[in-house]
Amino acid sequence: MSETLALSRIPLDEYAELLGAGEIEELRALAKPLRGRSIEMINSTAVGGGVAEILNRLVPLAEELELNIKWDVMMGGEDFFEVTKSFHNALHGAPYHASPKDFEIFLAYNERNRATLPFDAEFVVIHDPQPAGLIQTRQPGANHWVWRCHIDLSRPNRAVWDFLEKFVSRYDGAMFSSPEFSRQLPIPQYLFYPAIDPLSEKNCALEPQFISQVLGRYQIDPQRAILTQISRFDRLKDPVGVIRAYRIVKRYFDCQLVLAGGSASDDPEGAVVLKEVLREADSDPDIKVLELPAWAPLEVNALQRASTVVVQKSLREGFGLTVSEALWKKKPVVASAVGGIPIQIIHKHTGLLAHSIEGTAYQIRFLLSHPEIAAKLGEQGHQHVKENFLITQKLKRYLTLFLTLAKNP
Amino acid sequence: MKAAEAPFEFVTVSYLTRIGNQSAGALAELLTGLEHCSDASIFHHTFQTLGSHHFLTEGFSNDFAQWALSDTNRNDLAEQLAALDIRDYVSIAALRSDLCRVVGDYCAAYPHFANQSALKRFYFCESVEVTAPLGRNAQTLDEFREGIEHLSHSGFYFHFISSRLRLQLQTNDFSHWLADGLGLKSLAESVNQIDIYTNTLDSTRAKLLRLIDRERRKA
Repeated sequence: MSETLALSRIPLDEYAELLGAGEIEELRALAKPLRGRSIEMINSTAVGGGVAEILNRLVPLAEELELNIKWDVMMGGEDFFEVTKSFHNALHGAPYHASPKDFEIFLAYNERNRATLPFDAEFVVIHDPQPAGLIQTRQPGANHWVWRCHIDLSRPNRAVWDFLEKFVSRYDGAMFSSPEFSRQLPIPQYLFYPAIDPLSEKNCALEPQFISQVLGRYQIDPQRAILTQISRFDRLKDPVGVIRAYRIVKRYFDCQLVLAGGSASDDPEGAVVLKEVLREADSDPDIKVLELPAWAPLEVNALQRASTVVVQKSLREGFGLTVSEALWKKKPVVASAVGGIPIQIIHKHTGLLAHSIEGTAYQIRFLLSHPEIAAKLGEQGHQHVKENFLITQKLKRYLTLFLTLAKNP
Repeated sequence: MKAAEAPFEFVTVSYLTRIGNQSAGALAELLTGLEHCSDASIFHHTFQTLGSHHFLTEGFSNDFAQWALSDTNRNDLAEQLAALDIRDYVSIAALRSDLCRVVGDYCAAYPHFANQSALKRFYFCESVEVTAPLGRNAQTLDEFREGIEHLSHSGFYFHFISSRLRLQLQTNDFSHWLADGLGLKSLAESVNQIDIYTNTLDSTRAKLLRLIDRERRKA
C-alpha cells in the first residue's frame, strides 16, 4: 500500500460562486460532527481512470472540512492487474472462464497488502473489486467498512461474482451508481452517483476566443449546426451508428458531425474501430473524426461548448459522465437509454432518449427544429447536474453516509 | 420590530438513497410494491423526489408518475398519479392509500395493461435523512428574511416541503413560525399558498422573500 497525495486543490469557496454560499455552508454544517474523525479511501490506482480522478478532487475538499482523510493505493504486480482487468470485464458481463489460479493471485495480493497497513480509520472506503478482499483484516465491530462499486453488476459473470460476494457481504454497506447495477445483498445498498468537477479544465468556463481557436484548428464551421459525440473509439459507443444518424439528419439540416476521442494508437481494438469509422465517414468533409491527445480536457470542453446538440449513442454504458459534462454546459443532449444515462437524461425534461439510429436522428432533428425547446432542456439539464452530479454533491453524500454509519455502531 | 419568544432555527437536511430489494416490471407489480414498501420509500419517491427535481416545473410530480409515463407509456395513469398533491397529505399512510387506489383502479379497469412489461423496471428506494443545525436563528422578520435568503436548496426544501410530515399539519415550518411566533397569520397563509409544483425552489424562495418585503414595508 502507498499513501497518495491528491494533486488538485480548489478551495471550497470557489465553488460558492457557482453554487451559492448556502450550499457550501451546508457542507460545513454536515461536516462539523465529523471533524477530526478518520477516513481511509483505498483503490488500485493513483492516476488514470475515473476513480482516481474523483479521489483527486474529493480528498482535498474533505481535508478542507477538517476531516482526517487519507488515500491509499494498493500495490499489485502485472499478474494481479491482468486478473482484475478480466474480473472487471467479466463483472460487466463479458465472457470469461475464471481459473482457480486467478482467484489465488487475487487473494495473494490482497493478503500482501493487508500486512502493510493497520486499516484503523473509523471509516474505510474500498473502491471496486481489486481491494475488496482487504475486508478480511477487519476486527469485528472495530470500525465501519463500505464498498463503493463503480461497475455495472446487472449481468455479472456468475463465478467471479460468487467469489467476490463472499467479501462484499462482510461490509457495512455497498454503494452503486444506479439501482439497476445493485445486487441482492444482505447489507444496505446506497445510491452514489459519479460526479464531475465544474471547476476542472474539462468543465470550467472558457473564453469565446479559445473556443473559436479550437474550432478553427479542426476546421469546424461555427455558423452551421454542430453535432458532437465525445467518446473513445469503441464499438460499444457506436460511432458508426452516430454517422448513420447524422446522414439521416443531413437530409433535412445543413450540419456537421464531430466524433472526438482519445488517440487509438496504443489501443489495438480502438485502431480497428477508428478504421471502421473513417470508412463509414467516406471522406465527408462535414464529418470531423478527431483523435485528441490522451488528455485534452480543454479541447473537449471547447468542442462540447461549441456544439448545437451533443449525442451519446452508446450501446452499453457504465454511467456515461460525458452526458453530465454536456448538460453542465447547458447543451441539449440526445442519448441512448442504457446504463446510467436515463438517470441523467429524464426524457423530455433534461434531454431526449433514443433507442435506435432512426430514433436518434429523429430526436436530433426535433431539437434542430425547436431551438427554444433545446435551450430549455439544456437549462434544466444544467440544474439536474447541479443538484445531483457535481463533486460537491458527492462530498455531501459521503458526509451523509459517514453520519449514518456513525449512528449505527 | 416584533421579536418572537421562540426563535426560528435554521436547519439543513441531506438524504442518502438506500436501494431496496423490491422492484416492479409491470403495473401490477408496482401496486404490490406500493402496498408493501416502507414509509421511507413512499417518502423518497414523492416528497424527496420533488426536492431533488425542484427545477422541473412542468409534468414532473413524483417518480411513480414519471415511470408510468416514460416506461409503461400509460399517459392517463401518469396524469392521475401526477395529480396527487403532497401538500394534501400529512401522513405517509394516507398518501400510500391514495397511490394504491389510483394504481389499483387502473389495473382493474385495464387488466390487459396491468401485466404488460415496462421498458425499464422501477426500483423502490428509501431516503435516509440526516439533519444538521446551521447555527443560525431568527427572532425578527428581518433576521428571518436573511436566513431564508442564505439557505441552501436542501434547507429550504426541509423547512418548506417535508415539514408537513413533521408538523402533521397542512402547513410548513415558515408559515407555522410566522403565525405562531410573530402572529403574522395573513403572511403565513400567503406563504403556504405558493405553488411548489409550478415553481422551482428558487422561484418559490423569491416569492416568499417578496411577500416578506411587502410585510416589512407595512410595518
